Amino acid sequence: MTVAIVDYGSGNLHSAAKAMERAAADAGTTARVVVTSDPDVVRAADRVLLPGVGAFADCRRGLDAVPGMVAALEEVVHGKGRPFLGICVGLQLLAETGLEHGETAGLGWIKGVVDRIEPSDPTLKIPHMGWNTLSLDRPHALLEGIPTGDQGLNAYFVHSYHMQLADPADRVATTDYGGTVTAVVARGNVAGTQFHPEKSQKLGLALLANFLKWRP
Amino acid sequence: MLKVRVIPCLDVKDGRVVKGVKFVDLRDAGDPVEAARAYDAAGADELTFLDITASHEDRGTILDVVRRTAEQCFMPLTVGGGVRTVDDVRTLLHAGADKVSINTAAVNRRAFVGEAAEKFGEQCIVVAIDAKKVSAPGESDRWEIFTHGGRKPTGIDAIQYAREVVDLGAGEILLTSMDRDGTGIGFDTALTRAVSDAVHVPVIASGGVGTLDHLVDGIREGGASAVLAASIFHFGTFTIGEAKACLAAAGLPVRLD
Repeated sequence: MTVAIVDYGSGNLHSAAKAMERAAADAGTTARVVVTSDPDVVRAADRVLLPGVGAFADCRRGLDAVPGMVAALEEVVHGKGRPFLGICVGLQLLAETGLEHGETAGLGWIKGVVDRIEPSDPTLKIPHMGWNTLSLDRPHALLEGIPTGDQGLNAYFVHSYHMQLADPADRVATTDYGGTVTAVVARGNVAGTQFHPEKSQKLGLALLANFLKWRP
Repeated sequence: MLKVRVIPCLDVKDGRVVKGVKFVDLRDAGDPVEAARAYDAAGADELTFLDITASHEDRGTILDVVRRTAEQCFMPLTVGGGVRTVDDVRTLLHAGADKVSINTAAVNRRAFVGEAAEKFGEQCIVVAIDAKKVSAPGESDRWEIFTHGGRKPTGIDAIQYAREVVDLGAGEILLTSMDRDGTGIGFDTALTRAVSDAVHVPVIASGGVGTLDHLVDGIREGGASAVLAASIFHFGTFTIGEAKACLAAAGLPVRLD
């Protein structure tokens, strides 16, 4: 199995690749993890990971700047139905629109808008930065076997924006930060986490292992 | 609920972890990658590398350290020291850093903070502030920024500066009290509180931790979102687990998984 990690000049690709390799080893699967900016490699991949560190607008520009990459993603995800996971801004790019540093079009694979988080308690700091637990909206293969709720495992978040979903059915899990913050989204073979599984120790490695086994 | 973070800090000089008192008298505290692995296993919430010689020496070694650490540790890494350009930020992020800490370069040219935040997102730009109390006894508290590992005064007011860099896009403040660093007598909680109340981003309290109660003080009295310590962890005085148990016993939310 080949897992392609999309290199578009943004994101902590090295960390994502190493975490994916470790998750595969832990799960006893053999996965070949490739960090690539080659659309043909993405098109041929069995699973695709879109990481993201950065600002929405800049990430979108970066993705568009790789010739043929958006088309390759459309083909592998929508044409071939291969499992796809976006991380942090990689999740946010799935939305129709992002509002960080002006209005920018996303990929529009999941209906929603990426807007600033606004905690009800004004003393809460932004970015929402650190470890927080997940609250499950519905069971999903990516979270199978992962304890959620107040006493569950923690995930590492670092963001000021989150996706507000047009269709609540696309929401898998949230976290609480002076209100409900979108944490995991999924629609068909497309999924995303607002937190960083590659930085979330136990929870993260378990989720990445689930991603490798996921058959949407 | 969001947890308070316990962050061991590795001051790295020439590829080794060192720790001094008030930024001088450095003692060797081991191999950074080994230390990172141990802290990862111990449940540290994040790890910070500060290349403390980078303002004036070669910095290639830190990239190698970051790369090797990121291969084995699945927790967030912040790296600082000698970060001067957008390319420096990019290089560190690509080596495996999740956040990059900017110190002297932001003091010299504030706009750099904005350029870095626009390119990589506010969430990965940490501005490190090294502050020293300059008010005389009896005067109202005033702290000034120092650069070059605490050797150079700037005349800049620390609270005002914190507001400025956050307005420009700093996503977090790593606040070190130069008066307390390495002393073990506790954080300057008045400084921590003043900065924390002045900005909307998380503040990491640093400098002076000697006991576990000091960590509680940094959160409770200082209003910090995270506490950073070096000596107490490196030299085995306390473990990460003991630190978290103490914070939990004080009623603060901590991550124990």
